[in-house]
Amino acid sequence: MAQTTEKLNRVAIEPVTRVEGHGKVTLLLDDKNHVKQARFHIVEFRGFERFIQGRPYWEVPVIVQRLCGICPVSHHLAAAKAMDVIVGVDELTPTAEKMRRLMHYGQTFQSHALHFFHLCSPDILFGFDADPQIRNVIGVIQQHKDLAVQGVMMRKYGQEVIKRTAGKKIHGTGAIPGGINKNLTIQERDELLQDLAQMKEWAQGALKLAKDYTVENLDRLADFGSFPSNHLSIVREDGAMDLYNGKLRALDPAGGTIFDQVEVPRYIDYIAEEVRPWSYMKFPFIKSLGPENGWYRVGPLARVNTASFIDTPLAEEARREFKAVTDDKPNNITLAYHWARMIELVHCIEKIDELLHDDDLQGTDLVRTGERRSEGVAIIEAPRGTLFHHYKVDGNDQVVMANLIVSTTNNNEPMNQAVRKVADQYLDGHKITEGLLNHIEVAIRAYDPCLSCATHALGRMPLMVQLFDSQGNLLDRQTR
Amino acid sequence: MSEPVLRRVLVIGYGNPGRLDDGLGPALAQRLAATAPPDVTVDADYQLTVEDAAAIAEHDVVVFVDAAVKGTEPFYFRPVTPSAEVSFTSHSISPASLLGLVRDVFRRDTRGYVLGIRGYEFNEFGERLSPRAAVNLERARDFLDRLLRERDFAAAVTGSDE
Repeated sequence: MAQTTEKLNRVAIEPVTRVEGHGKVTLLLDDKNHVKQARFHIVEFRGFERFIQGRPYWEVPVIVQRLCGICPVSHHLAAAKAMDVIVGVDELTPTAEKMRRLMHYGQTFQSHALHFFHLCSPDILFGFDADPQIRNVIGVIQQHKDLAVQGVMMRKYGQEVIKRTAGKKIHGTGAIPGGINKNLTIQERDELLQDLAQMKEWAQGALKLAKDYTVENLDRLADFGSFPSNHLSIVREDGAMDLYNGKLRALDPAGGTIFDQVEVPRYIDYIAEEVRPWSYMKFPFIKSLGPENGWYRVGPLARVNTASFIDTPLAEEARREFKAVTDDKPNNITLAYHWARMIELVHCIEKIDELLHDDDLQGTDLVRTGERRSEGVAIIEAPRGTLFHHYKVDGNDQVVMANLIVSTTNNNEPMNQAVRKVADQYLDGHKITEGLLNHIEVAIRAYDPCLSCATHALGRMPLMVQLFDSQGNLLDRQTR
Repeated sequence: MSEPVLRRVLVIGYGNPGRLDDGLGPALAQRLAATAPPDVTVDADYQLTVEDAAAIAEHDVVVFVDAAVKGTEPFYFRPVTPSAEVSFTSHSISPASLLGLVRDVFRRDTRGYVLGIRGYEFNEFGERLSPRAAVNLERARDFLDRLLRERDFAAAVTGSDE
């Protein structure tokens, strides 16, 4: 903790940000003007768990989509998986499981494509020291129009997959407790097959772009907002990457196993959440290591690090190249998130290809039933990282307890670490320069945090950086 | 000279129905979907995203229906100028930026308007509209129904977003 703890409490998060939303960074200096602590404030909604309480359990997979307009499918699927447990179903029908997987790969594909082409690619194509007037998606459109078009069309393709598996965009009802409410018709399958080859080609192109950039700039990136950390995700029983289902695995910065194959309902024995007075958002950590050392990264970087292998050929080849850079140890370079994200992009389109050629998607056995249970836990690997849903349901079928740990919460401490590292490196004096803003932006973006959960209204979403001295005096404040 | 009839119209109502008045856009889209003329496409989503550019490019005019936290009551109807503005985040995009994408990526000059329906309650979870917002919604619906019959979008501009 910083030395000026009593002053830290004065930093307030304005509730109005729930309407407009923004990323707010507070930098606290020590007596020698080094960045002692960085705080990345994210507005997280309190009260959503209460919103769910009292609802019948079968409504939950629909309601939870209200939590986040960015990744409603992830919440939809995580809630549905938890409700599978509630209705006593441990194994779905092949059609239901594969339809849900198709939905999930579609969601991850479109999310990763959007992030790469419209947020990350300007940094890669123009360099993150470039003028922000050029280093943005408009610059990409002007100078690399083909990539901008690819970004839009890949995003659209992923949304088409979602539409055919989840139903309406704003009220997805595809996944229901114990299964799914529709299969994929031959016509829907054929429509999705039409653009598949093009999507795969573009995904491989994006992967090459991310890989080449990372390898060519390895020395610089290795020092940019990077730090050793633990890594956490679910993996399949054989250690393979599995974004939809698996058991928990955590590795230390050198690749040592902290725990492995932890059953999902036991997450609570391994993960705890620390509350800090300056943030609404909690700080999860691995219990056995404590809050100081137990924080961990989630998301694409963590998943490629924790996976023993990937079960699709192109992505596995890419994973091997990725791991070779760090001699098969975990990669702790923050900006390697982009490379890892593109490995997953390729994995997702390979999985979509595999599923679209599987006749089980046209099956008619959609739902199973079982003996009702009172508690259900589910974990899914959402595009931004590990997502936990935990519910208790009473005898009247009403939810009486809900606990959600969302991906961005899991990455809370790593994002603060990344900002502190970058700020300490690039802060010059008592002024927040354009260069510093640039670098903070780049470091935060690597994590693809969800800043605008749940509401949007009309308005922009700026980045605001504040600089305080060791006495708690505001030295500078810049907004972009 | 009279304005050419804009045949292909896309209406996108966006917002989060789980955040009270933030759901005004989807609520209007839902009401409109059942009665819209056949050459009007109605869509609803939590927020605008880049792939909406592809759909917009296939229409002559797009109406963005959104909850407004300020501006004229019960609603305003304003033209949108395509822009190249860039936001720090990411996962959503403004109507102006979206039209900028349509212009720069798809080389189309789809006209854009925002129908901003004034809302009042945003900071809680709940799938209901505040009473005043519900009244504004009905007024906005009547306005849009008439507009989609008459198709004189430029003449219908009214109110302020300030």
